[in-house]
Amino acid sequence: MTPILRAERLSKHWGEFRANDGVSLELAQGARHALIGPNGAGKTTFVNLLTGFYAPTSGHVFLGNERVTSLPQHERVARGMTRTFQINTLFTGLNVLESVLLVICQRRGLGGCWYRKLQALKEEQREAWELLDRLRLGDEALTITRNLPYGKQRLLELGLALATRPRILVLDEPASGIPAAESREMFEVIAALPRSVTLLFIEHDMDLVFRFAERISVLVGGRVLMEGTPEEVAKDARVRAVYLGSAVE
Amino acid sequence: MNGSWRVRLEAAFWLLPCAAYFVFPDYLVLGSQVLTAALFVVSLDLILGYAGIVSLGHAAFFGIGAYTAGLLAVYGWGEPVTGLILAGALAASVGYATSFLVVGGEGLTRLMVTLGIGFLFHEAANQASSITGGMDGLSGVSMWKLLGLWRFDLSGKTAYVYSAVVLFLVFLLARRLVASPFGLSLQAIRENERRMPAIGAPVQRRLVSIYTLSAALAGIAGALTSQTTEFVGLESLSFERSASALIMLVLGGTGRLYGALVGTCMFMLLQHVFSDINPAYWQFWLGLLVALIAFFAPGGVLGSTTRWLDAMSFRFRRGSGGPA
Repeated sequence: MTPILRAERLSKHWGEFRANDGVSLELAQGARHALIGPNGAGKTTFVNLLTGFYAPTSGHVFLGNERVTSLPQHERVARGMTRTFQINTLFTGLNVLESVLLVICQRRGLGGCWYRKLQALKEEQREAWELLDRLRLGDEALTITRNLPYGKQRLLELGLALATRPRILVLDEPASGIPAAESREMFEVIAALPRSVTLLFIEHDMDLVFRFAERISVLVGGRVLMEGTPEEVAKDARVRAVYLGSAVE
Repeated sequence: MNGSWRVRLEAAFWLLPCAAYFVFPDYLVLGSQVLTAALFVVSLDLILGYAGIVSLGHAAFFGIGAYTAGLLAVYGWGEPVTGLILAGALAASVGYATSFLVVGGEGLTRLMVTLGIGFLFHEAANQASSITGGMDGLSGVSMWKLLGLWRFDLSGKTAYVYSAVVLFLVFLLARRLVASPFGLSLQAIRENERRMPAIGAPVQRRLVSIYTLSAALAGIAGALTSQTTEFVGLESLSFERSASALIMLVLGGTGRLYGALVGTCMFMLLQHVFSDINPAYWQFWLGLLVALIAFFAPGGVLGSTTRWLDAMSFRFRRGSGGPA
């Protein structure tokens, strides 16, 4: 069966520095795949290459059978691959509802529509409210984004990505910087996503990784050290040596 | 502020130019200058206030519109409405062609590119003096009757009404645009251009669209000015005009549309008053006012007023014991 997402020997070099060096990865439809590795391993660079934020020095990205390496970011989103950012990248001056509505309008092909009033888009507004309620952001819908608490901003970061209705969702440390209780809440939302959404996520909290991931790729020094099930990764001596230490004991 | 109050306030605002027509019949020429300048500033607000493109060369499109309408009239086509449309179309074409240079860069690069475009057209018009009149300006602009009915008279009645109607129609268009999904996407680009591609939005296409439209509206403003004054000066393409428009917008408040109107009225009326008091030093007082407003009311007059009203309404709600 054709993988839904395939990275083929992706490399990104800046001069002598090799942030990614021939990284390959395949995701099957509905996969829950974690990307782990120590700081500076090249995980975020890999996500940037997959999603078109960076152009690779060499290698290719395929969505199904289509090679998308040269496609800009927004074209990849249109084909169903969406990402979140490790550091909140939100529309700080818009309110929460406007932010989500913006994405929904874009997905429904209304992003360039200048003659219809936002207030008249009842169906899009209904969808936005539903999503916000699902994320427990309904009470903050009319709050300006910059005034939201950090944890709620992380949820909105996820909400923007979900509003694109992705087939492949790439999450770059979704729970980064939020307390443990809130990060579990965040992963509950992620875990509740249907299997029609394929997940690739970077996460440093090993507890969450081993709970949610079905397969794990370990990146070290811009290369894939190994890939396997959580059990295989936990048992691998090289992984324990370079990264996990006693965390999986 | 709820919807019905907003509509009433807007209706009251638009009654002001109607009232001015009857209350200040001796100032209709100045009034039409204010209205055409306001139209130009509205066009700037669309790119600066909504899409976040700072331009110091927007007068290029104003001037192209002014010269187009002026030259049409000089060479035998003095019909105002079609002249306005053709001027807008030509300014839009030039706006579209140059938009790729502008939106391709960021921040200071964009600013410099717009400045360069402004200088380029100004100097081109200066060099082509056989067509544009160069430093002496284009004279001999003779307009036909508006809609075949109203002559452009010296008292400025026709010019005033014509300018007010065009401004109102363009404002309605801009108002609808900023309240649409397209308008929201422009604001999102202003807030975070980097995130937009990651939600599937083609940033460049959106910016090219609004830049082109803004150029068209600036061209219409220029054409309106040349038709109502029956003269086109090289000043219509000048850096000073671009910079003045920017000041007017910042005075009123960016990203509000009405800020463009309020800022233009303030600037031009104060300019008129200060230059009456002292023709040599009017810029000193205006400069002082601009500096004070920038310092004490960074959102412009309208932005600061809105913030103050919001704060007052919050205080009243707190004071009444109801939920804040």
